[in-house]
Amino acid sequence: MTTYYMEAMTAGENNKKIAWITSGGPVEPLIAMDIIPVYPENYGAMIGASKMGEDLCVKAEDMGYSSDLCSYARADISCAQVNGGPIGGLPRPDMLVCCNNICGTVLKWYEVQARHFNVPLFILDTPVCHTGYSPEIAAYVRRQIDEYIVFLETVTGKPFDHDRMVAVGHLALQGQKLWQRVLKTTTHKPSPMSAFDAFFFLALIVTLRGTQIAVDFYEELLLEMEERIQKGISIVPQERYRLLWDNLPIWYQLKWLSKKFSDHDACLVADTYTSAWCSSIQYIDENKFLDSMAEAYTRIYLNTGVDQMADQVLDMIRLYDVDGFVMHSNRSCKPYSFGQMDIMKIVREKTGIPVLMLEADMVDPRSFSLSQTDTRIDAFMEIIKQKG
Amino acid sequence: MKEIIPFHTAINDPAALAENIKEKSTQIIGYMCSYAPEELIHAAGFHPMRLFSSKSDIVLAENHLQAYCCSLVRGVLEDSLAGRLDYLDGTVFPHTCDSIQRLSDIWRLNTDYSFFADVVLPAKLNTLSARAYMTDVLNKFKTDLEKAIGRKITPADLSASIGLFNRIRKSLTRIYELKSNSPSIINGTDLFAIVKGAMIMDRKALAHQLETIVQMLETKTPAPSSAKRIILSGSICDMPDVYTLIEATGGTVVADDLCTGNRWFEGQMDETIDPLTALTARYADRAVCPAKHSGNFTRGDNLLALATTHKADGVIFAVLKFCDPHAFDYPYMKDILDKAAIKSLHLELDDQQQGLGQLSTRLETFTHMI
Repeated sequence: MTTYYMEAMTAGENNKKIAWITSGGPVEPLIAMDIIPVYPENYGAMIGASKMGEDLCVKAEDMGYSSDLCSYARADISCAQVNGGPIGGLPRPDMLVCCNNICGTVLKWYEVQARHFNVPLFILDTPVCHTGYSPEIAAYVRRQIDEYIVFLETVTGKPFDHDRMVAVGHLALQGQKLWQRVLKTTTHKPSPMSAFDAFFFLALIVTLRGTQIAVDFYEELLLEMEERIQKGISIVPQERYRLLWDNLPIWYQLKWLSKKFSDHDACLVADTYTSAWCSSIQYIDENKFLDSMAEAYTRIYLNTGVDQMADQVLDMIRLYDVDGFVMHSNRSCKPYSFGQMDIMKIVREKTGIPVLMLEADMVDPRSFSLSQTDTRIDAFMEIIKQKG
Repeated sequence: MKEIIPFHTAINDPAALAENIKEKSTQIIGYMCSYAPEELIHAAGFHPMRLFSSKSDIVLAENHLQAYCCSLVRGVLEDSLAGRLDYLDGTVFPHTCDSIQRLSDIWRLNTDYSFFADVVLPAKLNTLSARAYMTDVLNKFKTDLEKAIGRKITPADLSASIGLFNRIRKSLTRIYELKSNSPSIINGTDLFAIVKGAMIMDRKALAHQLETIVQMLETKTPAPSSAKRIILSGSICDMPDVYTLIEATGGTVVADDLCTGNRWFEGQMDETIDPLTALTARYADRAVCPAKHSGNFTRGDNLLALATTHKADGVIFAVLKFCDPHAFDYPYMKDILDKAAIKSLHLELDDQQQGLGQLSTRLETFTHMI
């Protein structure tokens, strides 16, 4: 990751263009065009994890942005003004690529940055599949993939390299399959890693999807996890309870949360967040990558209906054989958080496992109460232990 | 003006209005967004009814939507779960914002009206592929409606409906024009009632009622007005008190950039072309909602043009708390006004708002400042 950021920071010197792109955005064509993708959301996570979120969010609020807006967006908008955050701001973009498959917030956020940097903005508009994918959506998104290629050719002044795209497509799928296998190693009891590890290992499948580096990294990681399984090494020393996590991490409290659950002999074996980067593998045809991209990018977890999301949660509960479900009600992420209460009800009815909902925010610590969370986790674990 | 009384009656008791409509064996389809294709709903023989929160306490919706969801979305869900919308035969959700997107799912899973449709319009409006997709989606919605009524919606049905809504739009535009020319011609509360009423009343009768009001206003010789000329910009403004308070502090609303105002009714649909193409053109070209994309500066440019055309002394941003699309646009729209030396005030509204004291003080300070 350090090499990646070093390369991004010196892109101009190496005559490379930089695209800022949303976390669910179509990165593969950028890689094929030798454009360096930079992820403000990944930087938002770094800001949160290094506890710099509050200061940057306040700066955005001073600029007139409401404190109710997404904290990734607030942190990024102020970083662009003051070069803040752990690496002193992100390299200036030559273009912006926004895919609204994760939320409508990114659309507004990227408009703000397009005005600020005065650079071209491409929007991949992926209509929400409330009850399924439709031929209208398929045709619309597929047409936009072609528009995207033309956009990239125009901004770079270079023709699109279709041969390179084929290779990148293979690597992207390979990377996602490996990531999926890494995540599935936690089906083993005891689990060799936890969601807290996955939150960090995730960085490469987001930022370097479609590269050999990501494939190599996950191959190595997979071997390591398999080795841990063979040797019986678990991430939580005395794993007795297995939990599923929902929504983005609470970046500034990961260490505390990890210890908190571990002290209860509980392991967060899986989560709905990191698995999103391999949730649409089934739609990818590596021999027709550009064609299948439309469906793969549109049918991701967050871009489906609440009942479909609940079905995926139920599948995960069965696959990972969990004893409890922890939901982060995240003030910053409305499409992820609204509907959670219905999912909670469905999970309770269909599985009977205890569900805990924690009120917080992924980056802004002002929406988090440590003492309250502490008490609620204790009470939740008490119920699980009684059931166990 | 006695012609405005039915509008006040309608908005004060939408349920009673709905019952009257149902007595005529007309079924009612509700929606919350100004992109809902009313013309299609009407052409299918349904009564199109915009939904607003009754502003009752949130009790049942607490089990579905967290407190950081806007009061409109929570309020309308509360009304539905509490049975206050039992007059509805169906609902339609055009894709709007993240909150309404999820409301659509929650609604589908927890309510039991006989008709339900998502009309997932594009979020991007300024490309040919988005327009083609919009036509496809409108066509699909037309088919959904046809299935519900068991007959085809003919081009003639749709053209007649477009003609009717054009009459409504034309009258509303004219009333706004008259208000801007002579602000004392009609007060804010009456104007509010007319516009809100126009979103819920029987459209055939409404078209006629509005034309009568236009005629009445055109013959009036209003007193000259020295009130400060204000433009309201924001999401929905479902608080008549805002208009009353502005007037009490020496201002008057001469134009708006609201989802429950100009953005909803401005412009005409082309009656000379294929009706579905005309629908697409209108919904793609109308003053854009911030939850949709039509260029990076479109909304700011529109607001500045509106302020200039209407010689505004000031702009009041009236935005619902937790409305992300508007909150993202506010800093740059304010900046555009600042550069043009137009003063603005930012109000964060909540349907469950208690007490108007603070609002009154802020409006008073603002009107005196401009």
